[in-house]
Amino acid sequence: MRTKTVTFRHLWLPYLLLAPQLLITAVFFLWPASQAIYYSVLQEDPFGLTTQFVGLENFRRLLADPLYLESFLTTVVFSVLVAGLSMGIALVLAIMADRVIRTALLYRTLLIWPYAVAPAVAGVLWFFLFNPTVGVAAYALDALGHDWNHYVDGTDAMALIVIAAAWRQVSYNFLFFLAGLQAMPRSLTEAAAIDGAGPLKRFLTIQLPLLSPTVFFLMVVNIVYAFFETFGIVHATTAGGPGNDTVILVYKVWRDAFEGLNLGSSAAQSVILIVIVVALTAIQFRTLERRVEY
Amino acid sequence: MVERRPVMTVVQHLVLILGAALFVFPIYLAFVASTHTGVEVSRGLPLFPGDQLVTNYGTVLSDGIASAGAPPLGLMLFNSTVMSLAIAIGKIAISLLSAFAIVYFRFPFRILAFWTIFITLMLPVEVRILPTYEVVAGLGMLNSYAGLSIPLIASATATFLFRQFFMTVPDELTDAARIDGAGPLKFFRDILVPLSRTNLAALFVILFLYGWNQYLWPLLVTTDESYYTIVMGIQRMANVGEQQPVWNLVMATAILALLPPVVVILSMQRLFVRGLIEVEK
Repeated sequence: MRTKTVTFRHLWLPYLLLAPQLLITAVFFLWPASQAIYYSVLQEDPFGLTTQFVGLENFRRLLADPLYLESFLTTVVFSVLVAGLSMGIALVLAIMADRVIRTALLYRTLLIWPYAVAPAVAGVLWFFLFNPTVGVAAYALDALGHDWNHYVDGTDAMALIVIAAAWRQVSYNFLFFLAGLQAMPRSLTEAAAIDGAGPLKRFLTIQLPLLSPTVFFLMVVNIVYAFFETFGIVHATTAGGPGNDTVILVYKVWRDAFEGLNLGSSAAQSVILIVIVVALTAIQFRTLERRVEY
Repeated sequence: MVERRPVMTVVQHLVLILGAALFVFPIYLAFVASTHTGVEVSRGLPLFPGDQLVTNYGTVLSDGIASAGAPPLGLMLFNSTVMSLAIAIGKIAISLLSAFAIVYFRFPFRILAFWTIFITLMLPVEVRILPTYEVVAGLGMLNSYAGLSIPLIASATATFLFRQFFMTVPDELTDAARIDGAGPLKFFRDILVPLSRTNLAALFVILFLYGWNQYLWPLLVTTDESYYTIVMGIQRMANVGEQQPVWNLVMATAILALLPPVVVILSMQRLFVRGLIEVEK
């Protein structure tokens, strides 16, 4: 790790400066995480009186549990849809905004603020729009011949949380795509234009390849967002229903711990989630390194 | 623009206006709903705002929605403000200090401290829900402002951001300060912190948003309604099982919950964009 060539000398001051950060990290991050790992190899009897060491039994049971596997699949489908939808829309808007230089800032202002809306609040807004009895969007869909009801139809419920989650995330993706596009040297597209390449060809052969690091970076960020930051959307609207059709992994960990009171299983799920975060973070850092090389 | 293509320009503006409309649309309808009586909303939403604005917002601010068991919104807004300010200021303060220690001192276990902070990136609340709850409960911090904010103020991203910035501060400044007889704390207070002002402000915007929009954490650590935050409290009103929510009041709540962070983003747009892009670097 790089350091300053000019540094201060002090016996205890640096430790004192680090103390608050390290203390909070140890008490609220490291200790609970180690507890999760510890609980994940234990099993409690139904009354919570005794616990016994069961090795990897909790994990084995989890991976054989169709409900858990279903929740895994739900989460993957949800994440891919959220990432795809929000990045697709954001890219189209960013390309358009990049071309209209004079008003780009105005459009940016109009497009970035949904990012400030909390996922849970975004969920409630769309919940209202799609409400089968009073919602405007549900009414419009009815007129088009689709009988929308997210209280009974799992696909509708999934569509609802995808739309709410993606709506908010478009702003974020838009900002990064716009920054990426505006950082590109104009001379490249101008040269291509002189050679007779139209806007679509220029985009496909010049801008998109140059944008690929941003695309990859945003893909990871969006998947992390869909996996871990959307608890509020599910909890505040569908509550996992109908049935278990919108139970994403984070929601299941919470429900099994606080409503099912299944300590061992919830801890094992936490450990699996930690592994997923570590893997995603590692990928993210690798892409960052590659981005620097460009 | 590379070349003049009038048709393309029109298409562009159309797409952008359509996009912007798509974004504003849900908020507009929420606002419309929040200005009508409950009966009017349930009969089919009118397209223009009604005359119940003052009544509805007055009701939620002072009484809350009694049937949903939620406290008055005034209190929840206050709680959200306390929590997000405490988180933003706390994160900035402890991250500034630790970045200073890591960059400007050489001491045993420096690398270990760095990696310990780094690990927090990989342990969001969502993956350690129950054990963290137990720690907070064990410390007697449930239903308190301390419990709402302190466990969230460790920050790897803020520490890295300041570390990155400190690395770009010229060593000549440190030398000059030392020659003039300034100790490390004086250098930190009089030179480093003032130099970090822009970064600090940009980070503050991002972290305020982060704090305001917390959902899972307040849900875990508050059982006493007087500590509910607004983002988490709205769920008590919207998700009422088989019943129909009181939509006009729920939407008034939604508008109040999203207004402060939206105002912050729009009024400090430049800082926000800068902060967002810096944090991810």
